[in-house]
Amino acid sequence: MNAILEMRSITKTFPGVKALRDVNLVVKQGEIHAICGENGAGKSTLMKVLSGVYPFGSYEGEIVYEGETRRFDRIADSEHVGIIIIHQELALVPLLSIAENIFLGNEPAKFGVINWSQAYNRAKALLKKVGLKEPPTALITNLGIGKQQLVEIAKALAKQVKLLILDEPTASLNEADSDALLKLLVEFRNQGITSILISHKLNELAKVADSITVLRDGTTVETIDCHSEKISEGRIIKSMVGREMSDRYPQRQPKIGETLFEIKKWRVEHPIHAGREVIKSVDLHVNRGEIVGIAGLMGAGRTELAMSVFGRAYGRNVRGEAFMDGAAIDISSIQKAVAVGVAYVTEDRKTLGLVLNEDIKNNVTLANLPAVAWRGVIDDAREQQVANRYRTSLKIRSSGIFQRALNLSGGNQQKVVLSKWLFAQPKVLILDEPTRGIDVGAKYEIYTIINELADAGKGVIMISSEMPELLGICDRIYVMNEGRFVDEMPAAGATQEKIMASIMREYGTVQ
Amino acid sequence: MKHEATPLPGSEEAEARAAVWSSSLRDYGLLFSLLVIMGFFYFLTNGVSIAPLNLTNLILQNSYVVIMALGMLLIIVSGNIDLSVGSIVGFVGGVAATMMVGFHMPILDVDVKTSWEVAVLVSLVLGALIGCMQGYFVAYARIPAFIVTLGGMLIFRGLTGNLLLGQFVGPFPREFQDISAGFLPELTNIPALHALIGDSHFRYGTMAIGILAVAIMILSGLRRWQRARAEAMDVEPFALFAGRTAIFSALVLFFSYQLAQWKGLPEVLIIMLVLILIYAFVTTRMTVGRRIYALGGNRLAAQLSGIRTERLIFLTFVNMGVLAGLAGLIVAARLNSATPSAGLSFELDVIAACFIGGASASGGVGKVMGVVIGAFVMGVMNNGMSIYGLGIYWQQVVKGIVLLAAVFIDIYQKNKG
Ligand SMILES: Nc1ncnc2c1ncn2[C@@H]1O[C@H](COP(=O)(O)OP(=O)(O)OP(=O)(O)O)[C@@H](O)[C@H]1O
Ligand SMILES: [Mg+2]
Repeated sequence: MNAILEMRSITKTFPGVKALRDVNLVVKQGEIHAICGENGAGKSTLMKVLSGVYPFGSYEGEIVYEGETRRFDRIADSEHVGIIIIHQELALVPLLSIAENIFLGNEPAKFGVINWSQAYNRAKALLKKVGLKEPPTALITNLGIGKQQLVEIAKALAKQVKLLILDEPTASLNEADSDALLKLLVEFRNQGITSILISHKLNELAKVADSITVLRDGTTVETIDCHSEKISEGRIIKSMVGREMSDRYPQRQPKIGETLFEIKKWRVEHPIHAGREVIKSVDLHVNRGEIVGIAGLMGAGRTELAMSVFGRAYGRNVRGEAFMDGAAIDISSIQKAVAVGVAYVTEDRKTLGLVLNEDIKNNVTLANLPAVAWRGVIDDAREQQVANRYRTSLKIRSSGIFQRALNLSGGNQQKVVLSKWLFAQPKVLILDEPTRGIDVGAKYEIYTIINELADAGKGVIMISSEMPELLGICDRIYVMNEGRFVDEMPAAGATQEKIMASIMREYGTVQ
Repeated sequence: MKHEATPLPGSEEAEARAAVWSSSLRDYGLLFSLLVIMGFFYFLTNGVSIAPLNLTNLILQNSYVVIMALGMLLIIVSGNIDLSVGSIVGFVGGVAATMMVGFHMPILDVDVKTSWEVAVLVSLVLGALIGCMQGYFVAYARIPAFIVTLGGMLIFRGLTGNLLLGQFVGPFPREFQDISAGFLPELTNIPALHALIGDSHFRYGTMAIGILAVAIMILSGLRRWQRARAEAMDVEPFALFAGRTAIFSALVLFFSYQLAQWKGLPEVLIIMLVLILIYAFVTTRMTVGRRIYALGGNRLAAQLSGIRTERLIFLTFVNMGVLAGLAGLIVAARLNSATPSAGLSFELDVIAACFIGGASASGGVGKVMGVVIGAFVMGVMNNGMSIYGLGIYWQQVVKGIVLLAAVFIDIYQKNKG
């Protein structure tokens, strides 16, 4: 097999940061080539160089594609030769239909007049190829994130893709959706389409990849050929972080106290469709020093529940009672929720979590400005101290606390959002997919922080689509499905199978 | 498991310094443009543009644009716009004029005539009420600011016409006129100093204040620079800092010298400077300011951080109303009468000043100093072109081009950087 792509000693510098130095990448024709590395290692940057997001001239080095040296001045240039990138953050237009999105900028048209019947027919064929059972007229907003991901892939196929780049495509997918997507990649491989896959889910990589290139601190560590040696997660981790990692979850002796926070008969209606209950009478409690998990499939209503608890940030006609330390509390607005000590770390860091234009410092202190201010006047020195403290303790990789959030790598953005709520010093912390897009090493650090919070007597509620993670760090797990808690179990003794079984029992189809 | 700290990926010292240089230069580019424009008009008008009388006029003419631009900055930063300020200027000026000159109140059948102090107070409260009304519609009723204030623009312009019935209303008491036409009392009026200085036409007091201001500026600037260097790593290079301070000091000294040759410090200049300082402080150092920027940068994230976004937006409009009311008083005092067309199309100058000054139309970005300089760019051009005798229509063409050019350069640099 010869190489379809060779990137030779690529160096890319941002003001104050050398994101890539002398990186080499060789991708063979028709393989699935995985790229992994810690947050901020330069994975996304490398792919942006390849796809012309960073145009020729803004980096050093050489790109050889299909045997020719190429210079891409814009994304259209790389798309023209069949390199299609699907970015870490999806780029679909929410209020347009599937078909409109698939052909956006690439419409089947004559003299600027779109041939809609052709568009719909081709869209149908493409959707079938990616295994998405939705009409091409469905609006993107009405699709779950897994289906949106498939639309992105269909969009890539519409452009005659030869080299498909996926930047953390499965980060926000549950296991079933991830598997479907990986199967699709394998199918593409059989059809001769080459893929580059970036992921922090190492088990996936071990499953499908033909070769794995590992980046660390902007340099290539090695490229592992998966056919010449047996690949385990441990092998990849060692290459990524430069040493063995014996435990994936930190040890902890839970010291569980009294009930700290409780909601009873919590009901929430859909914000637009009045009367349609999204959350149907949920009872939940968390004790001091306890980490409670909420498991469930995509669309089970976990985020909706969390956000409705957090000052009715979601839904209408929120009904039910809430208690802190046994006393009824008012959490009817976000300010009130924050005031009584409830915090919510969103899963959607870009649209709900960060002010992208502002620096790390301003984002970290935003939810608790009074703590660094005196009579409304911000104490700059104290604020910088706080920001530096979180930057160090969460290892936020950046050129300093004045780096804008926009320029951080995805995983480091997540750490900034987490810092913001840690600094707000809540009693009850609701974490919604806190480790999405975070590398193994940093995950361990975040688990450690969660444990420390629990040990300090706080209550932690954790939503996660990664069941091993819930099993690994929670004390108790609620299982949620279709707006209800369908089961509750101590984490000791729980298994993925048991959780799945309680979800499926709801459908009457135990697997 | 232990995790040793990994160093930054290749943070080369020199590169970091280059980055700071380029970002600082962007900030000072504006100041530089102002100097260039001033120099341009200096030659075009054979030096008239910086003569003492004209500089004084420039400040008087420009003060209300600067004052309103401070409020407009907050509104634009929060992601909104206010088109109604010109009409508020006219309306508030008209109400103040009517109260001072006297009118007949039909319901009670009495003639009412108030002192100028009452008129000023009522005007500012009126400005605040107008701001409350528009702020309510924007913040709580969630009608886009463009629409609400477009309505306000029509409503208050129309009300002004109805109130004044197409006539000039004036003149006003001396004290009221002094808001715009007054100067700080001179030192030579103090007998002891008079004996010392003698009968000089030069306003030593004004010059002294100018020198004092420069001294304070240099010292506090130096202290801040040193503290920043001690605490953080991203400080502007000393050469840049020194250069900027030198230019600013020279400008201030030159202005004071010229003003001292005429009538001294205009009172309205003092009002303006105090307001600039207050707003610079609020936007950079206070929690409210920080929250307004966060709100403009990402409203949802700000909301989910526990910030009362509605209330903040409401407050920015109330604030704008008060400042527009104040501007209305200044304009009326300057003309010594209220007219139905007072403040016509002021909103355009004010909004242009903000955008020239580097505010972003999508919210979240903008600095007080930038906006003040932006307002002076507009002012210097207005003034210089009038002296030169350029027709009013060509003036508009030039201003439009400068606005576009300024924003183009700003965005071009940002995309490149
Ligand atoms: N526009 C930019 N300006 C400045 N620095 C940047 C910019 N984009 C990326 N960086 C920096 O470059 C480094 C590499 O970022 P990149 O996004 O490639 O990381 P990544 O490997 O994709 O990480 P993650 O797994 O978190 O997505 C980071 O340190 C980041 O802060
Ligand atoms: Mg990335």
